[in-house]
Amino acid sequence: MTDAPSNNHNTDENSATKNGKRYWLDDMRNVYKLFWALVTLCVLLTLADLFYEKHVVYEFEHWFGFFGFFGFSVSFALVLTARELRKLLMRDEDYYDR
Amino acid sequence: MIAEFPPGLLLIGGAVLVPFLKGNVRSAYTLILPLLGILQLIMLDTGTFGAMSSFGFEQTHVRVDKLSLIFGYIFYIAAILGVIFAWHNDDGMEKSTALIYVGAAIGATFAGDLITLFFYWELAAVASVFIIWAARTDRSFKAGLRCLLIYLVSGILLLTGIAMYATATGNVDFNNIGLDSPGGLFIMLAFGIKCAFPMVHNWLQDGYPEATVTGTVFLSAFTTKLAVYALARGFAGTEVLIWIGVTMTAFPIFFAVIENDLRRVLAYSLNNQLGFMVVGVGIGSTLAINGAVSHAFAHIIYKALLFMTMGAVLYRTGTAKGSELGGLYKTMPWTTGFCIVGGASISAFPLFSGFVTKSMILTSVAEEGYLIPFLVLLFASAGVFHHSGIKIPFFAFFAHDSGKRPKEAPFNMLLAMGLAAFLCIGIGVYPAPLYALLPFPVDYAPYTTSHVVTTLQLLVFSGLAFAVLQRTGLYPPELRSTVLDFDFSYRWIAPRLVKGMFKVGGEVWSLMTGDFKALLGALIRRIVQTSGPRGILARTWPTGSMVLWAATLLALSLVFYYQ
Repeated sequence: MTDAPSNNHNTDENSATKNGKRYWLDDMRNVYKLFWALVTLCVLLTLADLFYEKHVVYEFEHWFGFFGFFGFSVSFALVLTARELRKLLMRDEDYYDR
Repeated sequence: MIAEFPPGLLLIGGAVLVPFLKGNVRSAYTLILPLLGILQLIMLDTGTFGAMSSFGFEQTHVRVDKLSLIFGYIFYIAAILGVIFAWHNDDGMEKSTALIYVGAAIGATFAGDLITLFFYWELAAVASVFIIWAARTDRSFKAGLRCLLIYLVSGILLLTGIAMYATATGNVDFNNIGLDSPGGLFIMLAFGIKCAFPMVHNWLQDGYPEATVTGTVFLSAFTTKLAVYALARGFAGTEVLIWIGVTMTAFPIFFAVIENDLRRVLAYSLNNQLGFMVVGVGIGSTLAINGAVSHAFAHIIYKALLFMTMGAVLYRTGTAKGSELGGLYKTMPWTTGFCIVGGASISAFPLFSGFVTKSMILTSVAEEGYLIPFLVLLFASAGVFHHSGIKIPFFAFFAHDSGKRPKEAPFNMLLAMGLAAFLCIGIGVYPAPLYALLPFPVDYAPYTTSHVVTTLQLLVFSGLAFAVLQRTGLYPPELRSTVLDFDFSYRWIAPRLVKGMFKVGGEVWSLMTGDFKALLGALIRRIVQTSGPRGILARTWPTGSMVLWAATLLALSLVFYYQ
């Protein structure tokens, strides 16, 4: 077997602590900056609805900010539902192998 | 003359030489074959050739039209990407079965009649199982067997359907079949199994992630898209497909959110993307068919790209589990970038390939007045960004630092990923060449202000939801786990049922042996009665019902040999 993933370990588990190189994203303040940039982008995209004529089929698609609202709420609901599904469907990793 | 040579046979025949070659020569050889294949397609004129007749039917081995050509092209492109990605891999079995698999899929695409289709269809199925087995692990062996069983059911259904269709209509041409034709239901179900219809989808999530780093890249491209092609050819405009497709877009994303193995997450999102194509086929308008076909084209590339990036991670770290990964962007920046391109493409961001193809399907659904399917597809579009566009890159390359510092992927892998990423962006920025290949003339402009802004709103807000859920700690963490799906029915319930049946059967048998002689006598009398000179089973039967009997027997034997 030439392609065994286990033969290709190039992981040096200790290098993070050894050479301690700090990346831009390692600083939580920068992660917050990204978060607020995302929020700003969302606000701008919603406001954009004021400046063009929507060419869509259904009436509700014309509502101000519909797509943003829809995208946010269904994604939120998706994750929360999936979280609950875990209680029903999640088993140990070796469930079928036992 | 090469132009009159059946397109698939080039690779199938070429595979014979693979075991006799070694190293770079072997890899180069497996690259030259699909390149020659593309060259041949460019030279092919539309029309048919290879007419022959067997089983009393007129067959057409090769039919070249716009629908078969575009699938032919993308299959060869996928093969080229896969071969480059697998350049370093010197496993002769995987390399030769991959060629046979690709060749069979291409042969099926160009098959002008159902019997030829069946032949290539089964060859592709068997070859794909060998690709799974090429991982040579216990898990892959069992998963491959489960796939094989399910493919067998698909094959039996297809054969039954073809026999019924052929006896009723007197021809085996592979054109629009429709559900109302005799045998139509069987044929559609056979295609549907390979297309991972709901409840018969689990072979996909079960088998593909068990193949090797390179094998999964091949697998992701062919079987399911061949099924999409077959549905588009045989069942365009079949309304029930809209509802089946809609279901396929929605339910896999819930599993994708909680699944830990990132290659399995990709298998779920593959399922979700197939749903979009099936909806397009179900609508059946020229815009919808163009949408389904172009989406299959774009999808093959970005899905291969995503599987390649996760393959590279698996190759370098030994795992593709979200719970074990994180922070890899620090040492695998190129792979990270390519993964993000793949994620943006599958999520249909403007300037990426999914945007210019999926929108044709969504527009046709809205225009034909299917409100509920439209809303579900919007939900699924937001959802696919959530789990493929964000979850995959986030948990593999960012998230919490796993402390793993693997080397960047090898050059051949980076090259394959780079080519795929280039195509993803190329199609997104300049879709005209792809549109020109589509089966119907395209009268559609993806880049309108309205379309760009509404898509960005949907996606960026979906991203915001992810960020909020992460910050509040509501997002379910990646955990080592197995998630039960419909495969529970055949991986847990069925084995126990069969075991139970044998136990009961054994007891009944031991009870009977006491009266064995009497039983034997009764049996012989019974056989004389039914199969003797005037017996009911000795009459000549029409072939149609004979096929049904054969299919029933095969299906029964499947159940009994399950364990």
